[in-house]
Amino acid sequence: MKKTILLTAAAAAVLSFGTIAAEAKVKGCWVYVGPIGDFGYSYQHHQGLLQAKEKFGDELETAYLESVPEGADAERAIERLARSGCNIIFTTSFGFMDPTNKVAGKFPDVKFEHATGYKREHPNVATYNSKFHEGRYVQGVIAAKLSKAGVAGYIASFPIPEVVMGINAFVLGAQSVNPDFKVKVVWANTWFDAGKEADAAKALIDQGVDIITQHTDSTAPMQVATERGIKAFGQASDMIKFGPETQLTSIVDDWGPYYIERIQALIDGTWKQQDVWGGMKEGHVVMAPYTNMPDDVKKLAEETEAKIKSGEFNPFTGPITKQDGTEWLKAGEVSDDGTLLGMNFYVKGVDDKLPQ
Amino acid sequence: MFESILITIATAATPLLIASVGELVVERSGVLNLGVEGMMVMGAVTGFGVALATGSPWLGVLAAIMVGALFSLLFGFLTLTLVTNQVATGLALTLLGLGLSGMLGEGFVGQPGVKMSYLYIPYLTDIPFVGKLLFGQDPLFYLSIILTAGVAWFLFRSRAGLTLRSVGDNHTSAHALGINVIGIRYLAVMFGGACAGLAGAYLSLVYTPQWIENMTAGRGWIALALVVFASWRPWRVLAGAYLFGAVSIGQLHAQALGIGVPSQLLSSLPYLATIVVLVLISRNRRLTMVNTPASLGRPFVPDR
Amino acid sequence: MRIELVKRPEQSRLFSALSPFIALGLTLIAGAIMFSLLGKNPVDALYFYFVDPLREVWSLHELAIKAAPLILIAVGLSVCYLSNNWNIGAEGQFTIGAIAGSILPVLFPQFQNWAVLPLMLIMGMVGGAAYASIPAFLKARFNTNEILTSLMLVYVAQLFLDWLVRGPWRNPEGMNFPETRNFHEYAVLPEIWAASGRANWGFVFALVAAVVLWFMLSRTLKGFEVKVLGQSPRAGKFAGFSASKMVFFVFIVSGALAGLAGISEVSGAIGQLRPTISPGYGFAAIIVAFLGRLNPLGIVAAGLVLALSYLGGEAAQISIGVSDKVVRAFQGMLLFFVLACDTLIHYRIRFIGAPAKTWEAAQNV
Repeated sequence: MKKTILLTAAAAAVLSFGTIAAEAKVKGCWVYVGPIGDFGYSYQHHQGLLQAKEKFGDELETAYLESVPEGADAERAIERLARSGCNIIFTTSFGFMDPTNKVAGKFPDVKFEHATGYKREHPNVATYNSKFHEGRYVQGVIAAKLSKAGVAGYIASFPIPEVVMGINAFVLGAQSVNPDFKVKVVWANTWFDAGKEADAAKALIDQGVDIITQHTDSTAPMQVATERGIKAFGQASDMIKFGPETQLTSIVDDWGPYYIERIQALIDGTWKQQDVWGGMKEGHVVMAPYTNMPDDVKKLAEETEAKIKSGEFNPFTGPITKQDGTEWLKAGEVSDDGTLLGMNFYVKGVDDKLPQ
Repeated sequence: MFESILITIATAATPLLIASVGELVVERSGVLNLGVEGMMVMGAVTGFGVALATGSPWLGVLAAIMVGALFSLLFGFLTLTLVTNQVATGLALTLLGLGLSGMLGEGFVGQPGVKMSYLYIPYLTDIPFVGKLLFGQDPLFYLSIILTAGVAWFLFRSRAGLTLRSVGDNHTSAHALGINVIGIRYLAVMFGGACAGLAGAYLSLVYTPQWIENMTAGRGWIALALVVFASWRPWRVLAGAYLFGAVSIGQLHAQALGIGVPSQLLSSLPYLATIVVLVLISRNRRLTMVNTPASLGRPFVPDR
Repeated sequence: MRIELVKRPEQSRLFSALSPFIALGLTLIAGAIMFSLLGKNPVDALYFYFVDPLREVWSLHELAIKAAPLILIAVGLSVCYLSNNWNIGAEGQFTIGAIAGSILPVLFPQFQNWAVLPLMLIMGMVGGAAYASIPAFLKARFNTNEILTSLMLVYVAQLFLDWLVRGPWRNPEGMNFPETRNFHEYAVLPEIWAASGRANWGFVFALVAAVVLWFMLSRTLKGFEVKVLGQSPRAGKFAGFSASKMVFFVFIVSGALAGLAGISEVSGAIGQLRPTISPGYGFAAIIVAFLGRLNPLGIVAAGLVLALSYLGGEAAQISIGVSDKVVRAFQGMLLFFVLACDTLIHYRIRFIGAPAKTWEAAQNV
């Protein structure tokens, strides 16, 4: 009896699948490291999925796996997606790099897109990332204009190049306005733990910073800043709802355009392996509206943003001195991407010792 | 600055304290409920949701307490009526709570919550240096202190408390004396659930007024550890919660000062400190023997 | 109405065998209700959950990979729990085992020959055992509660690993990302049957450990000692058994197995050290130990069932779009039913309509 039910179920499942597959031209799949309810990193990737779904309608079938641990589970998760008929799989966390490449070797007909990594061992693997540091430079400019104390607090997650790069860009932006500007850094050792992030914000404020920025995912620091009456920058998404009178701007991770572009390429048959590091110019990094600041600051911020967007200015342009006083870039010299992507040193003005 | 650091510590310690005090009563009755994290996260999501829907943080708190208690009943039914293994059932309760709260909270993500306002007593709150600390915190902070005092009084000064402890120390003889062991344990488990729910609501209504999946982030486990750490004494739970809070906040300050010690080492300090203090306390064998509920975690089925 | 349990004079063999199936039936019913409420076809959902992962060979391999650490850790824990020692820090022992076992491939990558892998496995076991002996020592020497110390040491171990892979052990060619270099070929635990999937020898270790410990517990004096001391420390003392030696013995056994699980996972399934190497195996194994009724052979079955529930959860997410939260809630439910049904082995259940006299008496106290 039970067996018949199961068999019928199997048949039904296969049938219903068949019909969906017939309608959709392509199946796009995503692997997230966190829950889509984190309102941060994974949430933003999922917004990208939703944008793609809206764009392509019935032509695109989607599936996703959330909270996939980095480790042995990742390879299985990616393989299961590959076997379930996905044509393109976006693996959205650095830790999925080796599993993505391993599975890609087994499924040459499926396209794989890995975010924030650098390995492309098979022709069907592409990598993509965003230049969030461009937005951080603009934030630094704003912070230095507004801060009376001349010190900003930076809540950081983990000491990886991406985060270090952001801290440096922020400091450089601030120093373009006030050469003596300082940044205090607290490593929360988590991507999201609202309570701990709130505690870190409070600790920084108690030590005299009057602007808060963060490279962790929750909105808690924004709420703490509101409570303490200082200004703050949002992270990953527009957090204006959490600090209508606090948020200066926010770096919004907008993955939608990239996902749409790549799925379109797949449909058109023009998909090729590539390594994309898109920034403001490509529309991957979007600044939330500039709010809660005087008009002259807003104007300066918009000008800076425009200069970066047009490609006229690169935040990592010399002269830049490292924290230890040695010269990194000569006047007018621009850093190569390789150094940035592996960045493990601070520039002058960061009031912290980088964990080595 | 000093005052605001103390307030920060109090905020970090309060949810741990509330949940621990609840679990302490449960364990004193001889039941080990490892599902604190799950009950807490259910309280957090319910408190947030109800406060958002009604606009009243107090209704949120009330709902969180009720849901915490109801959720713990599930544990109670399994472990007390069906005498399942308490450790495994508690762990399963945490799994269920984390999943269920995620389902319930899907619509709350990205919505600013309702924050419970701080106490303000004219003149008193304005006293420099200590006014805000003593008279200007959130109402649940005061409730947590009252709760600790209440539980301390109940356990060691009231007749009912004596009965509860006797159930935890030796359920067989308590039963022989005609005490309704199972009934008392049900009440204790529900009290623990209610406290965990309240602690969860503290997170989503006071600490960080928002809903994020898994927002308890392991605080339920710390609360459990604190009970043992305190060798089942309410005031020591308070001391432990504040010590843990102080070390956690202290390491953030140490980082902001830029002292250059690896942050992982600083982050592990609260745990190492807990172990050290515990070793110091437990060296006094007599004292710990007296306080440990002898029937903790043992199943009980009345003979007839 | 209320429920009353009547202890059976002997374990019911019938229900011993039957209770998992009753639990499964109840879970299917409750699951069907839950999925219907969520607007999903319950038959589809349950099919993908329980059957789909078992249909293909590669997926069976994945089942073995997922189950191996759970079983390895849980059989060790069962010995601990039977002796009434509460090691809940297996996650930390797993982590330290992985670190200790990785010393050779990470720090001495030029040392490449057949001896590397056995040495790694041994060092992993030693690392896990050494880390587990900390709470054992504190318990035996200072009477410190082992639940707390072993749990706290989990966090410390994870932070230590985090520090290592971001600092001194970071891959020099890895663009400063937090991971060690990839293990060389001599340091990788081989696959059992590489042609059909990636299950590695870790699963064999798990089965061997289960059989060995089953034999020890049921057929040797040591096993008898474990159980006697667990059930009644006083009786054990009269029999001449040492409780504090037992603390060390069980912690070292469980720590060594957790350490072996750690190094097997890193060497077999991941291939390098990373900030997170375990999705909570050490904690999930506690559930597995009890689901398996603290019997090593039962634990093998329980480990496979829990592993299936993870795999099935993924299949259900992909195929019918239920979310990861539903999957976890469903897992919780499954565990509840299994635990509840095991009650039938030891007790008969009576439903009583009116309050009995004893009940009233109890109320009057």
